[in-house]
Amino acid sequence: MSGPLAQGEPVIPDFGEGSDCVVENRLFCPDWVRDNWAGVLQPALLEHVKLTLIAVAVGFVLSFAAALVTHRFRLAEKPFVAFSAIVYTIPSLALFQLLVPVTGLTVTTVEVALVGYTLLILYRNTLEGLRGVPVDVLEAARGMGLTRRQTLWRVELPLAVPAIMAGLRVAVVSTIALATVAAFVIPQGLGYPIYLALREAFKTEIIVAGALAIGLALVADGLLVVAERALTPWAQTRRVR
Amino acid sequence: MSGEAAEIAFDRVTKRYPGRAEPAVRELTLTVPAGELCCLVGPSGAGKTTAMKMVNRLIDITEGDITIGGTSVRTLDVTALRRGIGYVIQQVGLFPHMSVADNVATVPRLLGWPKARIASQVDELLHLVDLPPDDYRARFPSQLSGGERQRVGLARALGANPPVMLMDEPFGALDPITRARLQHELLRIQHELRKTIVFVTHDIDEAILLGDRIAILREGGILAQYDTPEALLARPADDFVARFLGTDRGLKLLSLRRLDEVELAPLDGVAAPSADGSTTLRDALSLMITARSRSLVVVGSDGDPRGVVTLDTLAGLAG
Repeated sequence: MSGPLAQGEPVIPDFGEGSDCVVENRLFCPDWVRDNWAGVLQPALLEHVKLTLIAVAVGFVLSFAAALVTHRFRLAEKPFVAFSAIVYTIPSLALFQLLVPVTGLTVTTVEVALVGYTLLILYRNTLEGLRGVPVDVLEAARGMGLTRRQTLWRVELPLAVPAIMAGLRVAVVSTIALATVAAFVIPQGLGYPIYLALREAFKTEIIVAGALAIGLALVADGLLVVAERALTPWAQTRRVR
Repeated sequence: MSGEAAEIAFDRVTKRYPGRAEPAVRELTLTVPAGELCCLVGPSGAGKTTAMKMVNRLIDITEGDITIGGTSVRTLDVTALRRGIGYVIQQVGLFPHMSVADNVATVPRLLGWPKARIASQVDELLHLVDLPPDDYRARFPSQLSGGERQRVGLARALGANPPVMLMDEPFGALDPITRARLQHELLRIQHELRKTIVFVTHDIDEAILLGDRIAILREGGILAQYDTPEALLARPADDFVARFLGTDRGLKLLSLRRLDEVELAPLDGVAAPSADGSTTLRDALSLMITARSRSLVVVGSDGDPRGVVTLDTLAGLAG
């Protein structure tokens, strides 16, 4: 990796105006965080949330549709898995390189890459969830006169929710981590302050932005757990006898 | 199709699976009169489940026809047909993500019943299967025992008051005590509701207990005999049926009747053990053997002796 990580020969960093802590580039300077929250950190955090939400939402819609198609037509499985697995194995920086000539240094480039990485996990989990419905439940549904569509929406999808939510949790957390790399393409997200700080080896900014990314991942995961519990009360109860 | 029980008639029904030389069901003809419970029994491979599933067209009929209340199942819309037939399977197949009430309400909802009617129907059915609605309505299937699940399965099948029920070894996965309890519950419910029921089982004792009529199928889906339990036990059509009924079929026959139902000899003053009129003949025989007596005094519910039953009487009954 060149650029931000290449520190070259030792230079005397110029951290400009600031407290002694900042000027001396100590490990963590609370005053810098206070001064730069509104101007740097908060916008970066919100951009990061937005990048993640869009990527996971689009990825989910595509994977969900693909999983429904596969559930109906088994033959579609191999091409879908092959495509999403190939995308998944491309290193993110290489994928950006591939996309920039097409979509430029834009949010689109970033989102296409981020969406690409969510496909495999979301597709697999949705499909596994749909396929995990017990055969006796399906037979009862058929025997009672539910149509194929009613069986899908009233029985199979609700029962697939735990698997789908498990996929969403992995997709969200990994997208939050991956979205820091977006700073190589666009000045957005928590990756951007890290990118800038790396140039000057400014410790506080690297630590705070990194911590925000980790915190965001934990909070998002926690919210998804809460959402899953709310959506699947039936799976929370344990056998009473 | 709802409410009043309807006759189910199989008319030379054959099921062939592609790639198999022998049919699974061969020219099956039998009529289940409205309001009766017909048990289909036979060894595995005798096509009993196949025969049952052709009624609600979970399996397509190859040749012949099945009519319900005179209407061919082939002419009806398949979803409408199935919604009009209660369906109970061994593994129950409750929807794990729905409460007991929502499970029972499945078919009424599909049929678009008004909410209030659905709610009262659910409560009524839960009462019927002896699950107090206030206790059970909101539970999920994972919070029920095996016996309770099958009770809910039965209530769900009765959801929209279907005239016809199909039951595929519904009690096969239950422990013997729960199984016996549910068998008697089914008899009580059937006595009250009088549905036309096709009941598949491989357990001949269950068939004798529950069936108004029993159809014994043999390998290859051939009907060996179709009769009332009494007639089957007294006069099996051939060796296969006799073997299937078991060497204790005489005792099974005796267990179907009670002392009240036989003609008693006058009291002769001989000292003999006594038994109540509601005792089965099988238990009466057992009493005679354990008491080393060739006769038994039958007493009424008031304890007064009514008459005498002898070993000879019992031995002559099968004729």
